[in-house]
Amino acid sequence: MLLVSAACIAILLFVVVQSVAEQIAQESQDNILAASAISILDSARVVEGEISIDLPYSSLSMLDSVTDERAFYAIRLNDEFLSGYSDLPRITPPSDVTAFQSTTYLDEDIRIASTWRNFSALDGQAYLEISVAQTLTGLNQSIARISRISLAVGFGFFLLSMVIAMVIAQTTIRPLHRLTGSVSRRGPSDLRPLAAPVPTEMAPLVLSLNSLMTRLQKSLSRSEDFIAEAAHRVRTPMAIVRTQAEVTLRRVEKEENRQALREMIRAVDESSRTAGQLLDHAMVSVRTDNLARESIQLDELIVDVANRLHPISELRDLEIVAKKMERTKIQGDPILVQNAIQNVLDNAIKYTDADTEITVQLDHSEGFVHIHVRDEGSGFDATEIDRLLQRFERGRNADRIVGSGLGLTIVDDIMRAHRGHITLTNNSGAGACVTLSFPF
Amino acid sequence: MRHIILPILISLSASFATAFEIEARADFGTQPESETIRILSTADINYFTPVIESFRAFRPDLAIEYTVASSTEVMDAIVREKQPFDIVISSAMDLQTKLANDGLAREHISPTTQNLPDWAVWNDMVYAFTQEPAGFVISNALFDGLPIPQNRQKLITALRQNPDRFKGRVGTYDIRKSGAGYLFATQDARVSDTYWRLTEVMGRLDPTLYCCASEMITDVVNGDLAVAYNVLASYAEKSPHQDKFTIILPSDFSIVMLRTMLIPETSKKPVLAANFLDFVLAQTYPSGVSPLLKTQSLEEAEQSTLYRISMGPGLLVYLDYFKKKNFIAEWENAIVQD
Repeated sequence: MLLVSAACIAILLFVVVQSVAEQIAQESQDNILAASAISILDSARVVEGEISIDLPYSSLSMLDSVTDERAFYAIRLNDEFLSGYSDLPRITPPSDVTAFQSTTYLDEDIRIASTWRNFSALDGQAYLEISVAQTLTGLNQSIARISRISLAVGFGFFLLSMVIAMVIAQTTIRPLHRLTGSVSRRGPSDLRPLAAPVPTEMAPLVLSLNSLMTRLQKSLSRSEDFIAEAAHRVRTPMAIVRTQAEVTLRRVEKEENRQALREMIRAVDESSRTAGQLLDHAMVSVRTDNLARESIQLDELIVDVANRLHPISELRDLEIVAKKMERTKIQGDPILVQNAIQNVLDNAIKYTDADTEITVQLDHSEGFVHIHVRDEGSGFDATEIDRLLQRFERGRNADRIVGSGLGLTIVDDIMRAHRGHITLTNNSGAGACVTLSFPF
Repeated sequence: MRHIILPILISLSASFATAFEIEARADFGTQPESETIRILSTADINYFTPVIESFRAFRPDLAIEYTVASSTEVMDAIVREKQPFDIVISSAMDLQTKLANDGLAREHISPTTQNLPDWAVWNDMVYAFTQEPAGFVISNALFDGLPIPQNRQKLITALRQNPDRFKGRVGTYDIRKSGAGYLFATQDARVSDTYWRLTEVMGRLDPTLYCCASEMITDVVNGDLAVAYNVLASYAEKSPHQDKFTIILPSDFSIVMLRTMLIPETSKKPVLAANFLDFVLAQTYPSGVSPLLKTQSLEEAEQSTLYRISMGPGLLVYLDYFKKKNFIAEWENAIVQD
């Protein structure tokens, strides 16, 4: 685009310089021809009633002073040829004192200048006409020289503007590239303002980018705050209601009232868990959008989660067996990974019959670290496996169990954020197996 | 020369089927018509023979036919009769320039012509191959006891102071009859007004007017002329009677005539003509080994006083009908005093 416009301007420049210079060259030739014709005219005298013309030597020699030119002239009085070249083409007298014309004579291109004057001769008015003509050797030479010069000027201009355009484009694009590079190299949670030096023209872009970053940062921390706030506000009253209900349950003796209270506690539990998991989900959404990359000691984390769930599993007479695990490190958000493992184990505890074992195993293959969580429950219904990862979907066996249908969805989100995946299968014997695979 | 040279001198045009008047003709070598270069020249055969012989040594396969005619007859032959000559050699620079200006000469450009000085070429058509200054030829006997005048002013003084001695003893060209005389006179007049004073002074001394330089030299040698004005030094130097006269190139200014060649449009063998032209030019420039250029007086002259006649349209001015009429009228007024 730049080159095309530079070429257009260069051609325009060439044409303009060329035509102006040609005009000037033509004008200077015309001036010389006119001077020659006028000098002949000035030498005309009326001597004893007859016109006498004494051609000045310079009248013709001036035509040849720079380049060798052939020169022709004709002197006519009242249309009668007097001297010179009788067949030299005539110019019809215009109103002007001196007229010019380009034509050919003796097979050569020539330029003619003619000039006229009235004389008072004995036999009345006489009209003297002087024509001087010249070949175009010098003119063509100067035009050729001008062409070369203007061609060189045009081409030089084109080259120069090409170079300048390229340099400008380079210097404009280079900081943009640098900016793009520095933005794309950033970690997802890196919302620091950009500090790379940029040209003044790009300062507004960087400024608005930085202001966007700031707003993003603010809005992110606001939603985190909001989540924390909401968790606090929802969970605490629920806990109070549950405690009060339990206290009341102990005091109430009427079986129908007790039943009502139990159902109330169960409902509170359910809402409390749903609320908790909703908040978990929201928290996970925020954190996955803005994923931290930290080194996680996976085996320790698993043991830690298992230990933390121990009180719950013990309530159901379940044992979580963590098989001997190799020391394994992955990159990720420790809170999310912990949440994922906890969710899976939590599910296993909830959906398994009492007095069974839950085994946790860690291995790796094909570039992935796999965490297998196996239970000895009824396993997944083969027809529902695909749906279970969707939000608010629960298995058919879940009716009697407190749950929100968000657990596996959360786990799936977390795994995707870590470029890993969750796989639901059934064991060859009995029970379900949930595998979390992290890239290694 | 081992080659057969047959200079046949034919004194008159009677035996020729040409309308223009020729003075002499010579054939160098015998070759079929297609291998013969036809030269039309104003220069005597003797004058040009050395050049033709050296060319024949260089190109023995070519014959040369050399025809001599006066400069006006040369014009007639080319302009009116369109005679198929291949080279035109003339001392009449004005007429040669006119031939070229009127489109009757061919352009010729070759490596040889690229190295010529500017003054030696006009429009790539007319090429100068000699420089011949004009000067006074002074009779030693008739100037006995007087200092030899070195410039026009001194000559005027000498003539004025000794009218009795020089009465009827001064000679110059009749510019009405001689093209060369007219050319010298116009150029003289162009350079300095001294020319007119000199002409006036000569006019008072009952001058003899000549058509040709050779007759002037003869009369100086005979003792009939004390001074011949505007004689080509190159002609005077060829006279066998060098002890009888002194050649003076005037120290105020000396008009230098250039002898020129061109290839006329009518040439039927322009390539051969170009070969001949290049050969002559190569002998002339830059160092000048040409036998034609050995003019002693030119070498001795002060270079700044040499006034080369420049080729170009300026020469056409003096061919103008009115100009010529006026000039000759003025000259007649000065020189013909009854």
